[in-house]
Amino acid sequence: MNLSLGPLLYYWSRDDVLAFYDEAKNWAVARVYLGESVCSRRHLLRLSDWLALAEQLAAAGKEVVLSSQTLIESESDLKTLRRIVGDGRFRVEANEWGAVRLLSEAGVPFVAGPTLNVYNHETLDVLAGLGAQRWLPPVEMSRATLAALLERAPAAIETEVFAYGKLPLAYSARCFTARHYNLPKDDCQFRCLDHPDGLALATREGAPFLTLNGIQTQSAGVYSLIGELPALRELDVASLRLSPQSRHMVRVVETFQAALAGETGAAEKLVRVMPGPAVDGYWHGRAGLEHSTEKHA
Amino acid sequence: MPLDLICPAGSLVSLKAAIDHGADAVYMGFRDNTNARAFPGLNFDEAQAAEGLRYAHERGRRVLLALNTYPQPDTWSRWTGAVDRAAKLGMDAVILADAGLMRYAVKQHPQLRLHLSVQGSATSYEAVNFYREHFGIQRAVLPRVLSLPQVENVVQHTDVEIELFGFGGLCVMVEGRCLLSSYCTGESPNTAGVCSPAKAVQWTDTPAGLESRLNGVLLDRYGRDEKAGYPTLCKGRFEVGGETYYAIEEPTSLNTLDLLPEMLKIGIAAIKIEGRQRSPAYVAQVTKVWRAAIDSVKKNADGFKPAPAWQAELNKLSEGQSHTLGAYHRPWK
Repeated sequence: MNLSLGPLLYYWSRDDVLAFYDEAKNWAVARVYLGESVCSRRHLLRLSDWLALAEQLAAAGKEVVLSSQTLIESESDLKTLRRIVGDGRFRVEANEWGAVRLLSEAGVPFVAGPTLNVYNHETLDVLAGLGAQRWLPPVEMSRATLAALLERAPAAIETEVFAYGKLPLAYSARCFTARHYNLPKDDCQFRCLDHPDGLALATREGAPFLTLNGIQTQSAGVYSLIGELPALRELDVASLRLSPQSRHMVRVVETFQAALAGETGAAEKLVRVMPGPAVDGYWHGRAGLEHSTEKHA
Repeated sequence: MPLDLICPAGSLVSLKAAIDHGADAVYMGFRDNTNARAFPGLNFDEAQAAEGLRYAHERGRRVLLALNTYPQPDTWSRWTGAVDRAAKLGMDAVILADAGLMRYAVKQHPQLRLHLSVQGSATSYEAVNFYREHFGIQRAVLPRVLSLPQVENVVQHTDVEIELFGFGGLCVMVEGRCLLSSYCTGESPNTAGVCSPAKAVQWTDTPAGLESRLNGVLLDRYGRDEKAGYPTLCKGRFEVGGETYYAIEEPTSLNTLDLLPEMLKIGIAAIKIEGRQRSPAYVAQVTKVWRAAIDSVKKNADGFKPAPAWQAELNKLSEGQSHTLGAYHRPWK
């Protein structure tokens, strides 16, 4: 089982993005997902910049995957998608079914991303037949459902599980960050730049609940499966996806690496660098915002 | 026919109300979690479905079956069984979201007409055409996230008929891509066929006001003079940056009556009315207004103007008694 660095879901300055991936070259991740998968208005890195970054990370020995945009709305979104698929140098993660169409037409193997809604073995088999060589379950899938699915799954496909980070929960035509600032989406003034880990949303009694990240809504809780490595191994999961955060990402990677190497006490260490409360309810078939150890305590 | 009127049937009584008031087709679900309105007391068993089909077909109308949740691996046969029953009953189409289930339907029942559900999250013609090529879908229902010019672009690049939501509850998120409900309660539309399920709702009268909670999470608190609505998660008031407001969406409904001429012009095949969970009286009233509006726009698209009485009637029925054009109208975004 190895580690993947998931696509950057936030909007950071160009310098911060380049510095982040410059460091990532030295991290113990086998695979790095690159590209803008959330909002087409984010432009500080153009596709050509992402491709240059991809070359650098590949030269540093990382397997590079380009993540496609999750919500396609316009012809210009499709144009970008066609360029990503057409480049051909790197594997692509399909995050909606238009990308699946283009990738299967191109006859290239691809990664079936977590928003393709693969909830059962039959759909996974459809994707495997079209060229998917790796897939991610929806983030809400429980261990038990994943086990039931994998029992019936086609053999030649690798499973990657979202194992760390604020959970991407929803996508909208509307930008909630722009809405917060009373700005129209078309003139959002790129306020996402002010929120490198998203904009916190709490209930009226101050309980952290969600995170606004432009058109994407995330959990406030930080999903972590670091305590579930035996179960993940038993399921023959190939990789764990760690989702980027603005600070201490190197510590997150190191802690997961140590846990994979059998070190104990990793969960406690990880909590110290989390940008929110730990949650793991989904894995246990419960509400996503729950946490198993709290429940049992 | 362009602009077919597709109305919700949560029960046999609603189905008859919709047909009697001018629906071209109704859509329904079986009584389990194979559809995205798996609410207690709603939907059809096989005998009721057969009766509904008979009633509709005798009057030259159609019945569509929503099988638009995502099948689970260990209960896969519940969904395939539902497809088999739909074919046996003679449903005019099944509305599916899951690619694996589509493959099953095509293989087992090649004569069965397939529609891509809004839960399939297809927002581009590339995605719509994927389902066309692989499973032969005849129609796709688009998520409520595209502007009308974007919808038009989809229509121009596919042979698949395009259906749009016209009226009713407004999902602000891409349908099929929203897990907020399961994050809060453990159940989402994709897997359980419910959003913000009633069994997780709790109302408490407190000195600070009436509070609505979903699985213990405070969604809103209402002052004495405020009207409390159903606590749908995305329509609560939350705190962001020290401000308390409807951070995601106001409790408002979608109403696209004003856009009918444009929808006709760009070649929209059908308009869907949301609300299988609503009462037969609601279905009757909404169907009646939309039948009149669609007949009127077809007669004279250029001179079409929604009658004030229609808007007044629909406003009375709307959630929060206000409505929006949603994403079809770009400034809303």
